[in-house]
Amino acid sequence: MGGIWVVGEVDGAGDLTKLSCEAATAARLLGDAAKLDVRGVVVAAEPDAAAANMTAFLPVVIAVRAPEALERPAAAVVAARVAALAGAAAEPPAYVVVGATLDGRDLAGALAALLGVGILVGATGLAWADAADGLPAGPRVEMQPFGGRVVTTSAFTGERGIILLRPNMVAAEPLAAPGRVEAAATQAIVDPAPVRVVERVVTQSTGPAIEDARVIVAGGRGVGGPDGFSGLADLAGLLGGAVGATRAAVDAGWVDYAIQIGQTGKTVKPAVYLAFGVSGAIQHKVGMQTSEIIVAVNRDADAPIGEFADLFVVADLAAVVPALASALRARAG
Amino acid sequence: MRIVVLVKPVPDPGEERLGADGRLDRSVSAVINGNDEYVLEAALQLIDANGGDVTLLSMAPAGITDPIRKALAMGATRAVLVSDPALAGACAWSTAQVLAAALQTLEYDLVLVGADTSDGGGGVVGAAVATLLHRPYLSHARKIEPFEGGVRVERLSASGHDVLEAALPAVVGGTQLLGEPRYPTLRGIMGARSKEIAIRTLAEIGLADRAVGGAHATTALLDARPPASRGSTRVVRGADPAAAAAAIVDFLVERRAI
Repeated sequence: MGGIWVVGEVDGAGDLTKLSCEAATAARLLGDAAKLDVRGVVVAAEPDAAAANMTAFLPVVIAVRAPEALERPAAAVVAARVAALAGAAAEPPAYVVVGATLDGRDLAGALAALLGVGILVGATGLAWADAADGLPAGPRVEMQPFGGRVVTTSAFTGERGIILLRPNMVAAEPLAAPGRVEAAATQAIVDPAPVRVVERVVTQSTGPAIEDARVIVAGGRGVGGPDGFSGLADLAGLLGGAVGATRAAVDAGWVDYAIQIGQTGKTVKPAVYLAFGVSGAIQHKVGMQTSEIIVAVNRDADAPIGEFADLFVVADLAAVVPALASALRARAG
Repeated sequence: MRIVVLVKPVPDPGEERLGADGRLDRSVSAVINGNDEYVLEAALQLIDANGGDVTLLSMAPAGITDPIRKALAMGATRAVLVSDPALAGACAWSTAQVLAAALQTLEYDLVLVGADTSDGGGGVVGAAVATLLHRPYLSHARKIEPFEGGVRVERLSASGHDVLEAALPAVVGGTQLLGEPRYPTLRGIMGARSKEIAIRTLAEIGLADRAVGGAHATTALLDARPPASRGSTRVVRGADPAAAAAAIVDFLVERRAI
């Protein structure tokens, strides 16, 4: 049986993303349980730095150089190379683990079509199980569909498949001794229909991406405007977190869609979710209800978020936000 | 311009539940997936500006036509519904193969698909369909602009957006940023009653002997359960701002979160 491959994603600076470190760890733990070989694959114009990053977590990482003028090749270009590598391998991978980012989803879809395998999307837990009930031995994948209204366990019906892992499901855990990078042998590659990158526009400020953030300070309609959000940004800075928003705040033009949490935005699972002026409507709830700790501040004592927050402070956020910032500053000394 | 919009009926968000068989309970009222409505709106604007028609393509049980009818009322020209008893319990890989095969029976310049679905779909089907058809795939669009022979898309990235171009025919995945979907007008609703919803079986799209559908699912649901209870809510009322802030800090410290 083939082993487990983890496809690493490269960030704008050429390094391995935080989620890919988590995916490598999750795959290695799965491989340990299954006694399967686990290796990483990094495909990029300049894959060496990210591949070296990945050796902290995996014994072998294959670096594949993609002929792309820009630093981050399209997911379809990556998929073609991973599929070619799998086709040429003495033991093609049984399972492929990918982080569930924008590019990761595109990669998983394209790779599924090239390899003709199934996908389990949005894994929140991974375990290995022996053959049972007509299913082969393989990964048992926990997922939280419908925005976490249900928790499910699924399996592949055959001994192959692609798993898309959500952020913050495992803590990245380095190996005692780092692994090594191997350059990929040349393969015949059938490239996808071409998509030309005309321009890359960087608009988002630094700080953790909302999907990766340990702490999210989110605002809704109750925040009142862009000024209110700068108060939340101040709190996020103090807590080493990221700012999030409800759709109402995005629609009002106060903040960017990139930080919208909920049904048609991001799904997040931070350790701490601080919600200010967020009513907790179902469309928002489905994007954040699996957060470990939810603290809500709302003037409306009847806001639905009061029903699922761990701490619900009924107060005017305009006064609480600066007071909380002062308290956190005082605490930091 | 001939546009095909892939639409998925999903349970009304917030109402979803699994039936005793572990499959989606289809008795819950179905709506068009939110992100599919955004790409439908983009398609309607494209044909308003450039002429052409919009075909809806969906894979769903034949009984679920209300959401399709609503999308027709918004202004789509016609609908094709791939419906076959063998498709119950189909996996994402089957779905992609079915949609790709159905697309091969249609004429199109552009295929639009929503970024993901609210029923737990992970937004992987668009990429798989494009790959099967060997068409360019431009995903997570916030803007779609056709030009002579091609399409330009602004695609969300982790740090902003990328401007992408590809030749037509192409597959484009779209997001909420494409703009608020229109409401059907009364005239649209009346007109939709006489629009065609063509039902196609697997045999009719050339997949009769192929390993697709529930019996060939690549994934199996083993167990579904409610999430662990969050426990009770601690409520703080009537505290002045400093006391409210202190209550939050104390709570986070107590939970070892800071």
